[in-house]
Amino acid sequence: MNHYIVLPLLVSLMTGALVILSSGHSIARQRTVSLGGSLLLILVTGFLLFQSVNGPVQVYVMGNWIAPFGIVMVLDRLSAMMIFVTSLLAFLCLVYAIQGTDTRGKNFHALFQFQILGINGAFLTGDLFNLFVCFEIMLLSSYGLVLHGGGGLRTRAGMHYAMLNLIGSSIFLIGVGILYGVLGTLNMADMAVRITSAPAENAALIQAGGLILFGVFALKAALLPLYFWLPDSYGFTSAPVAALFAVMTKVGIYAILRVYTLMFGDHAGVSANLLSPWLLPIALLTLMAGVAGMIASQDLRRTTAFLVIVSVGTLLAVIGTFQAEAIAAAIVYLPHSTFLTAAMFVTADMIGCQRPTAGTRLIPDIPLTRPTLLGLLFLGTAVAIAGLPPLSGFTAKVMMLMAVLPSPGSEWIWFVVLFGGFLSLIALGRAGSVIFWKTLPLADTGLTGSVNDRDGNKLFLHGPVPYIPAFVLLGISPLLVFFGHPISQFAQTMAHQLMAPGPYIEAVLGTDVLTLFLQSTGGL
Amino acid sequence: MEALVCVTVGILIACGVYLILRARTFPVILGLNLIGFGVNIFLFAMGRLHTNLPPIISPGQTQYADPLPQALVLTAIVIGFAMIAFVVVLALRADEELDTDHVDGKPGGPS
Repeated sequence: MNHYIVLPLLVSLMTGALVILSSGHSIARQRTVSLGGSLLLILVTGFLLFQSVNGPVQVYVMGNWIAPFGIVMVLDRLSAMMIFVTSLLAFLCLVYAIQGTDTRGKNFHALFQFQILGINGAFLTGDLFNLFVCFEIMLLSSYGLVLHGGGGLRTRAGMHYAMLNLIGSSIFLIGVGILYGVLGTLNMADMAVRITSAPAENAALIQAGGLILFGVFALKAALLPLYFWLPDSYGFTSAPVAALFAVMTKVGIYAILRVYTLMFGDHAGVSANLLSPWLLPIALLTLMAGVAGMIASQDLRRTTAFLVIVSVGTLLAVIGTFQAEAIAAAIVYLPHSTFLTAAMFVTADMIGCQRPTAGTRLIPDIPLTRPTLLGLLFLGTAVAIAGLPPLSGFTAKVMMLMAVLPSPGSEWIWFVVLFGGFLSLIALGRAGSVIFWKTLPLADTGLTGSVNDRDGNKLFLHGPVPYIPAFVLLGISPLLVFFGHPISQFAQTMAHQLMAPGPYIEAVLGTDVLTLFLQSTGGL
Repeated sequence: MEALVCVTVGILIACGVYLILRARTFPVILGLNLIGFGVNIFLFAMGRLHTNLPPIISPGQTQYADPLPQALVLTAIVIGFAMIAFVVVLALRADEELDTDHVDGKPGGPS
């Protein structure tokens, strides 16, 4: 048993508690505690990632209650990568948030830490009900963060977001209940074993439970009929929160990847390959809807919010082929899209701060105060996101397109992904040319020197510090290209770990159960 | 007993769905609450319905009630309660900031 696995959760929980304790003191103390906790989290998750690269699947058994009776935390390569990506992103968002966003409301830092706790918990848990609990921790903090800073638009978007997710949680419980009623367990590895040997008369209930869960994960991941909450809530909330939320949709994608490879994969007997007919077409439609939204939106923040939907569609279309090669390529694309979307949210916010009347809306305004720096940031991020060489968007997309080639429906993926990339390029190009080139002369607006943003706060972008997180986020992109070979090898082994759940089941339940599992699946 | 529980869950969820489709925050919150009740009863019933059976191992017993769904329902009730409390506060704040209790923030209009 590896005790370090529970450490990422403890670090966030303790940091959040410490922040609450220091809430009566100056904001400086809260910032120090919060930043320190996030930095520690990066070290811990980096260590766990290093362990998982070289080691087998590892398990933390809560309170030493042996699975399937107790709750387990499982660290395999996928969850290790996801918690590392989350903590790195969270630290960079926090560095941007302490430039002033965190003073616009109460308890920003505590909510932020609990948000990370929920996200990392969802990635680490090996138990379906615990996944529900972690989703709720994540959602409850995200409701607070969406509303942070106040304002009518945020309140309205937050209300839709909260109510939709409450309905989603109820549906999650129905799915969990059905699966528990049929299988008698909620430990995911144990469920996988029992599904393989489930009798045919239970197939309908198991499949219904599995697909109800897919509905919930699709709501979290923002798939086609269920994405309408996203553009508003991501578009209107404060920038560091939106940047952190770039990883929230990935929680839904992670859950889809985990549940439908472990429990409903090739080996699942009567319920095998449950999601295969659904995921690919839905994801392609999501991609098209996201691109259409990007083209139609009149605001850079909304354009960026639709970018999240585009990346979800791309990822799930490739994952939807359920081939190891394709999943490996999608795993390379996942951190790229997370970091670059976050970079775009932060860049858009800095642009908005320097345009006193237009904000991030795509209408002409006075020239930006730092056009070169912001122009470079915007150009780099747009190039990477649209998938042009030499940045990581290009290499990741090439890998994905090559990997889906043998699968049925690959021509559709090629067409939609490439055409979608072209249209995103047009949308981003249009946004960039309006913001950077189509400017009004300063004299016409009657504005001088010091300007305030729409919330009435003094513009804070005078020092170099606010630009650092965005440049670091963008700088990750060439690193993903430069270390492309080890990263793609890591993704390959991860994909094979996902497609062959034997080691996962052995780590959680022991060798005896694995033997049973292999017997009932014919050695898959 | 099964039929009674089924009908109860069905009525609760049907009423909840009807109320959620209203355009004002108060009925929507009531609807969320009713759906929560329905789901909790459903989850509880997934441990099979028994009467007068102990959930804890005791001498002379051959049949037991499943304790796990009871624990799950307890967790779900607590979480659901917190969520409803939050949404009530959110709805009050929306009413204050947007000057309407319409879920889309539109003034007036049919409920």
